Amino acid sequence: MSTEIKTPDLEQIAANYKKAVAPLKRRVIICGGTGCIANGSMKVRDAICAELEKAGERVEVVLDHHDCSKNEGATYFSKSGCQGFCQMGPILRIEPEGIFYCHVKPEDAAEIVHVTLLGGEIIDRLVYVDPVSGKACRHEDEIAFYARQTRVVLANYMIEPDDVEEYIARDGYIGARKAITEMTPEQVCQTMIDAGLRGRGGGGFPTGLKWKFTLASQNDKKYVICNGDEGDPGAFMDRSVMEGNPHAVLEGMMIAGRAIGADEGVVYVRAEYPLAVERIRKAIADATEYGLLGKNLFGTDFSFTIRVMEGAGAFVCGEETALIASVEGKRGMPMPKPPFPAQKGLYGKPTVINNVETLASVAYIIRNGAAKYREVGPQNSPGTKTFALTGHVANTGLIEVPFGTTLREIVYNIGGGVTDNTGKVTGEDFKSVQIGGPSGGCLVPDLLDLPLDFDSLKSAGAMVGSGGLVVMNKQTCMVRIARFFMQFTQNESCGKCVPCREGTKQMLALLDDIIEGRATAETLDLLEKTAKAVQLGSLCGLGKTAPNPVLSTLRYFRKEYEDHVFRKICPTGECKALARPEIDPAKCKGCTACARKCPVGAITGTVKNAHSIDPEKCIKCGACKAACKFGAVKGI
Amino acid sequence: MQETLEKTRAMVHHLAAVNEILEKNGNDPSRLIPILQEVQEVYKYLSKDVISYVATSLDVPVAHVYGVATFYAHFSLNPKGKHIFRLCDGTACHVKKSMGLLEAIYKKLGLSDEKRTTDDLLFTVEIVNCLGACGLAPVIVVDGEVHGQATPEQVEKIIDEITAAEKAAAESETK
Repeated sequence: MSTEIKTPDLEQIAANYKKAVAPLKRRVIICGGTGCIANGSMKVRDAICAELEKAGERVEVVLDHHDCSKNEGATYFSKSGCQGFCQMGPILRIEPEGIFYCHVKPEDAAEIVHVTLLGGEIIDRLVYVDPVSGKACRHEDEIAFYARQTRVVLANYMIEPDDVEEYIARDGYIGARKAITEMTPEQVCQTMIDAGLRGRGGGGFPTGLKWKFTLASQNDKKYVICNGDEGDPGAFMDRSVMEGNPHAVLEGMMIAGRAIGADEGVVYVRAEYPLAVERIRKAIADATEYGLLGKNLFGTDFSFTIRVMEGAGAFVCGEETALIASVEGKRGMPMPKPPFPAQKGLYGKPTVINNVETLASVAYIIRNGAAKYREVGPQNSPGTKTFALTGHVANTGLIEVPFGTTLREIVYNIGGGVTDNTGKVTGEDFKSVQIGGPSGGCLVPDLLDLPLDFDSLKSAGAMVGSGGLVVMNKQTCMVRIARFFMQFTQNESCGKCVPCREGTKQMLALLDDIIEGRATAETLDLLEKTAKAVQLGSLCGLGKTAPNPVLSTLRYFRKEYEDHVFRKICPTGECKALARPEIDPAKCKGCTACARKCPVGAITGTVKNAHSIDPEKCIKCGACKAACKFGAVKGI
Repeated sequence: MQETLEKTRAMVHHLAAVNEILEKNGNDPSRLIPILQEVQEVYKYLSKDVISYVATSLDVPVAHVYGVATFYAHFSLNPKGKHIFRLCDGTACHVKKSMGLLEAIYKKLGLSDEKRTTDDLLFTVEIVNCLGACGLAPVIVVDGEVHGQATPEQVEKIIDEITAAEKAAAESETK
C-alpha cells in the first residue's frame, strides 16, 4: 500500500469527466430506485442494450473516464436514483432530447431502439398522459408532478449514483474542500446558523446550533452520525437520497466533521434498505480511493473516515440516544437527556447526529452561501423539504417543495387529486392527510391552505416528522387509522419507561373496544386522559408523540369516534364488528346472487322477490355486497 | 468418552462459521449487532448454542446477547421457512389493503398471527413496518424479489408456483 497522500484535483476530475461524456451520442437514464427496480427497470435496460447492439450501435453501461475514444458515438446507459414518480415506473429518460417514457417493459425495447433511439421519433403510447387534462407530456418539464417542485436536495437526482466523478463534475466535494481549506470550524457553524437549516428528521432543531454545541465540547475524539434509520411507515425520502446521491450525504458528513472537529463518521442505515446500504458502501469505497476520505484531506491536518452500520429493525433507534446505544452493540433504548449527545454521545464522546436529508443539504449551503439557501421557504423554516406522497392520490412518489407550500398544492396540483378505492380521481373524495407518521397527526380539508412548516404544523396538532404524507379518501375509517399507528408504537415501544410501555397498550385496548363495539362514553374520556399521560410522562420522543395520531383524529374526527361509541356504527363500513348488513328491498331484484354466495346461508328469499339477511346467522363477511350488482346490500 | 468427543467435534464443526465472523469483527463486543446479523445470514436463525457461544467468545453475559437478539425485529430465535414472504404493512400499504394479502396468505398456508412458519418449514410470513416502496403499495417481498401493487390472487399464484417447484424438485431427487 502506498503511503503517499493523494490530494484530489477536483477541477481536473471534473474536466476529465466532461471530456469523457462529450463524444457520447446519447445518454439513456433508467431509474434505479427501489421502486423501479422492483418493477423490472434493470431488465428493461438490458433488453434495450441488447437490441441496440444488435442494430450495430456501441453501448456503454459503465462509463470509461480515461479512454475517451471508446465513448465516440456510443450510447451510455446510466441508472439514476429514485426519480420520484414511482408509480409510473419503470421510468426512462432519453438525452439529449429529454424524452420521458413511463411504464416501459422489456417488450418495448425493439420499438424504443428503432423508433426513438435510431429514428428520432417519439412513441406516443409510452409518454405520460396527464390524468386530469388528458394532455400527453413528452418531456419531464411538461408534467405537473415535476414542474411544480423545487429541487435542492434532489437536484442531482439524474446522476449515476455509483459514479463519483459525475458527482464531482457537478461541483461535488467543492463544499467540503471549502470548509476544510478555507473556513474555520466556527465559520462553518456560523454559516449553518445563518442559513437557518433545521433538522429534517422531525424535531426541526437548528443544525448550526447543534454543531456549535458539539464544537464547544472539548475532547480528543468526536463522532458524526448520519441517521438513516428511516422507520416511519410511509416515508422513503432518506432511502431515496442515500440511493440516488450517496456522495452528497458523505460530503455533508465531512463538513459536519470539520465543523465539530470529528475524525470519524458512522452512517446508520435501516437494513430494510439493502440498495441504500450497497450504494453508500460503494460511495465510501470510491471516496476513499479518490483521497476524499482518509488522512490529511486536501493537504491539511484534517482526517475523516466513514463506516456503515446496518440497523436491525427497531423504530426507536431513530431516537438519537437509542441509536447511539445500537451503534455500541446494545439494545436500542433511549437515555434521559441531558447529557445531550453533543456532550456525551457515542462511546461517551461528543457526537453530532443529523438526519440524511439535513446532511444532504449541507454541501449546497457551504458552496453557495447562507443567503442563497434562504431564497426559498419562509424565514422561520428556510429551504425545501422532501415528502413521500402516498396513499389515495393519483401521483404517488417522492417530491421536494419549499417549506410553506400548501397542502392543496401538494395534494391536488403535484399529486393530481384524491382517488377512490378503485383508483379513479373523483374530486370529492378527500378526507384527510396523515403527516409525520406514528408521531404526527391528521390534517383535514379545512387545513388545505395551511402553509406547511415546522411551526404551523405543530399548532395544527401534527408535525413534519420525517415527511411522510399519506392521503386518505372518504372510504377510510379514521378510528382504524388511529389504531394502526397505536399498534405500531405499542409494538415498537422499547419498554424502558412505564407511561409508554403500559400507556400505549391501554390506548390500543381502548381503541379496540371502540372498533369492536364495546365502548361507552367513559372509553373516550379514558382514552384522552391516557393519551395526555403518555405524552407527559414518557422518556423519549417515541412515547411523547405516540398519542398524536389519536389526539389529532379525536380533534378533527370526533363525530366518527362518537358514531362508533354511541350509535355502534362505522360510517365507512370498515369496522366489520359494527357492520349490520341489510338488503334494501327497493333495490333488490331477487336475482339470488347474494344467497348463493353467502357461506353460512344467512340470506333467504325467493326468485324475483326481495331477499333478507338473518342477523343471527350473518358472519359479516361482505360476500353478499360483493356479489350484488344492484348495490342493494347496505351497512357493511 | 467417545460419544462426548464426537459431540464436541460436531459442535466445533457447526460453529466454525461463527468463529470466522467473530474474528472478522475483531471479537469486538460493540460490533455485536453486525456479528449477529452475519451469523443469522449463515444459520438462518440464532440458536441457543450460537447465542451462548457468541456471548462466551465476546466475554459478555449471555443475557446481554439474548437481550439484543430479542430486542431487534430482524433476529429470529426460531428456524425460518425456506421461502420467506415479507409483507409490508407501512401506512401506504395499510390503506391500500395489505391486510387482505395477509389473510389470503394465512388462509392458503394455514398460518395465523401466532404461527408464522409452516410445519414443513417451507414458508415463513413476516410483517415488516415499511420497505420504503410506498409508491407501489401494497408491496410484498418473496425471497428477496419485490412485488408491487400486489393482489391476493397474485400472492396465491406465487405460493402455488413455489409449491409446484418444490414438489417437482423433491420428485426428481427421489428418482
